[in-house]
Amino acid sequence: MNVTNIDLSLLGIMLLAALWTVMGRSLLKATIGLALTSAVLTILIFRLNSPLAAVFELSVCTGLITVVFVSTISLTKPLTHKEIIEMSKNRHKRYIYLPLILVLTAIGLVLLKIPNDFAVPQPPETPLSVQNILWNVRHLDLFGQIIIMLAGAFGVVTLFTERRKDDR
Amino acid sequence: MPAILILVPLFGVMALNLMPGKFGRRVAFWFAAGIFAIQIALAVLKGHVIWSGALDRFDTLFRLKFSGDNLSFITLLCIGIVSLTSLIISRCTIRDEKESFKFINILIIASIGMCGIVMVDDIFSLYVFLEISAIASFILIAFSKDINGLEGSFKYLMLSAVATVLMLASIAILLLTSSGTGFSVLRNAVALSRNSYMITFAIGLFLSGLFIKGGLVPFHGWLPDAYSAAPAPVSILLAGVMTKVCGVYTLMRLTSSVFGFTEPIKNILLLVGTLSIIVGAFAALGQNNFKRMLAYSSISQVGYLIVGIGTGTALGMMGAAFHLFNHAIFKTLLFVNSAALEKETGTNSMDRMGGLSYRMPVTGTTSVIAMLSACGVPPLAGFWSKLLIIIALWQTAHYSYAVIAIMASVLTLAYFLYMQRQIFFGKLKSGFENLKEACPENTITASLLAGITIAAGVAFPFVYNYFLVQIKDIIR
Amino acid sequence: MTADPWNLFLVFGFFITMLFICGLYCILVTRSLIRAIIGLELLIKAVTLLIIVAGYINNRMSLAQSLVITVIVIEVILVVIAGGVSLQIFRHNGDLDTRRLRNLKG
Repeated sequence: MNVTNIDLSLLGIMLLAALWTVMGRSLLKATIGLALTSAVLTILIFRLNSPLAAVFELSVCTGLITVVFVSTISLTKPLTHKEIIEMSKNRHKRYIYLPLILVLTAIGLVLLKIPNDFAVPQPPETPLSVQNILWNVRHLDLFGQIIIMLAGAFGVVTLFTERRKDDR
Repeated sequence: MPAILILVPLFGVMALNLMPGKFGRRVAFWFAAGIFAIQIALAVLKGHVIWSGALDRFDTLFRLKFSGDNLSFITLLCIGIVSLTSLIISRCTIRDEKESFKFINILIIASIGMCGIVMVDDIFSLYVFLEISAIASFILIAFSKDINGLEGSFKYLMLSAVATVLMLASIAILLLTSSGTGFSVLRNAVALSRNSYMITFAIGLFLSGLFIKGGLVPFHGWLPDAYSAAPAPVSILLAGVMTKVCGVYTLMRLTSSVFGFTEPIKNILLLVGTLSIIVGAFAALGQNNFKRMLAYSSISQVGYLIVGIGTGTALGMMGAAFHLFNHAIFKTLLFVNSAALEKETGTNSMDRMGGLSYRMPVTGTTSVIAMLSACGVPPLAGFWSKLLIIIALWQTAHYSYAVIAIMASVLTLAYFLYMQRQIFFGKLKSGFENLKEACPENTITASLLAGITIAAGVAFPFVYNYFLVQIKDIIR
Repeated sequence: MTADPWNLFLVFGFFITMLFICGLYCILVTRSLIRAIIGLELLIKAVTLLIIVAGYINNRMSLAQSLVITVIVIEVILVVIAGGVSLQIFRHNGDLDTRRLRNLKG
């Protein structure tokens, strides 16, 4: 249960991908950066003995959300080339602070000594499988997921349709 | 019993959409009205129904376990009354049948979410139902798709999502010390490691998330925009219950069941509450838009609730619970009046209105009653709840906070009197000679709500014995 | 808590905090609505990793995985709704600039 070099390098790659996502110039590059972050996160979760969550994260976050973002970006017509250059002229002045803030926080966190002073519970006697827990113990969450998907369906119906001209 | 409030509306919504279109649209309104009426009845009867045998079998079929005590029943009553009001007002303001059908469906889902928050036993299920209510309210605020509504919805979405992330991070850190996510398990785990740095940090994160959700200073940036830009029935739902259930009720439940009333938590609550009272009252003084003024007034009243919880005594919790109910009733009444004004005059700015009480007598009278209840004038209900909170503050030796609360009541009186004089009294402004009174759904609802606030105030001993006394059990 | 898992928690916590700051900075500084949603996504990914790490340290992997599955479902619906609202704003305003969303003054 100790941190290997692979874990450290994966975490570093994830952080670099996240930095590229924030500081990348065009929206499509940011979306691809987000997908890359998700992919590295999937590998990390898999290494932490959670295969089911890793598969969910890969298929939903890396796949579905990237598709949603790309379709939203393509539905909202991008600006002309001149307008993009105009808008991102002063971009670097705003975004240059992020690596600085990250370095400062890194130094601060390394110097901070967090005391290890809370009680840890006993491990469970009979470790249940994920399927068992999801169906037997947390079935209220499953109902919640059904309700929220229904709400999402209504949201799509309401929000993605054109406004009619005579609406108030 | 409790499953009926979540499962029956859920299956009803699915069934409504599977029916052929015309039939579903006509049935939707009456189905929703029936659901909310049953909810009000169940909340008043505190769950003692004749047919509880069959309902228990329904519960065990789906193996849902809920828990409810008196605080849940009071909140369920508020949710039922305000949702029913919002439904009736929407019949008057949303004329198109298809839009109305979509609105009723999303309203039922929002109500399911809020009932779920009130009845769960487990911190992660609380998060799930919080998200359900939040997503339903994002869709509702953006419902009429004008630019103000969309902007308010996006601001609320961003802040609410950040609050959610903070709460999830706190749940993850708490998961390090406890063996599950149920309230009792968490309570034991937190009690064991109370002085730990990480656990205090986790509690602070969760409280910050709740303050953002409840619209407390200094995280209140989204609240006036969302309340004033939403369509009329949605403003009623938001101001009446949504913010209070998501923010204040969750705070009450968690401080009493999980975190415990420790000194730092009580001090933070008192500070944030007093700040909200003062900032809300001062900001409401300078507003011209009627709904924005009501939004800042809501911030101020929610400050009273937090101060009541922050005292940590049984009397303070009782005062806070009763004030939650009162605020739901009188704020809903004020927003119903604003819906009538917006529909009939077409504007929300107070300086364009004047002398309207000649043409809209019912709206004027009910808004005066709501205003008196909000300022704490006896014998209306608002007086009793504010008195309980101030007595609780005095008993715990927080004299300065009590004085601030009393002075803020005077400020409340000031801005509401200004509103009354500006809109309803004085000379009738030109252009309003042919003004009609609002549609009958609006006037009947307004009169009923005014009646409830008068009755709750006059019959206060009965309310105290039936509803409020058992609340002192949640402070252990 | 023994030293080894605590070390793991500290290392992962360090990177999770970095990711959190990236996401928060993105939301605060950006001028495009969609980039704000991307920043929100980064925040939620950081919290997902935190839940998994907490479950791994405590030997409660199944509970943590169930929680993460529910969080991922909710996250998808949130992104879809946010995308829908920004799409409607685009149809009104013609572009996705946050500086043009100043109608409601605080």
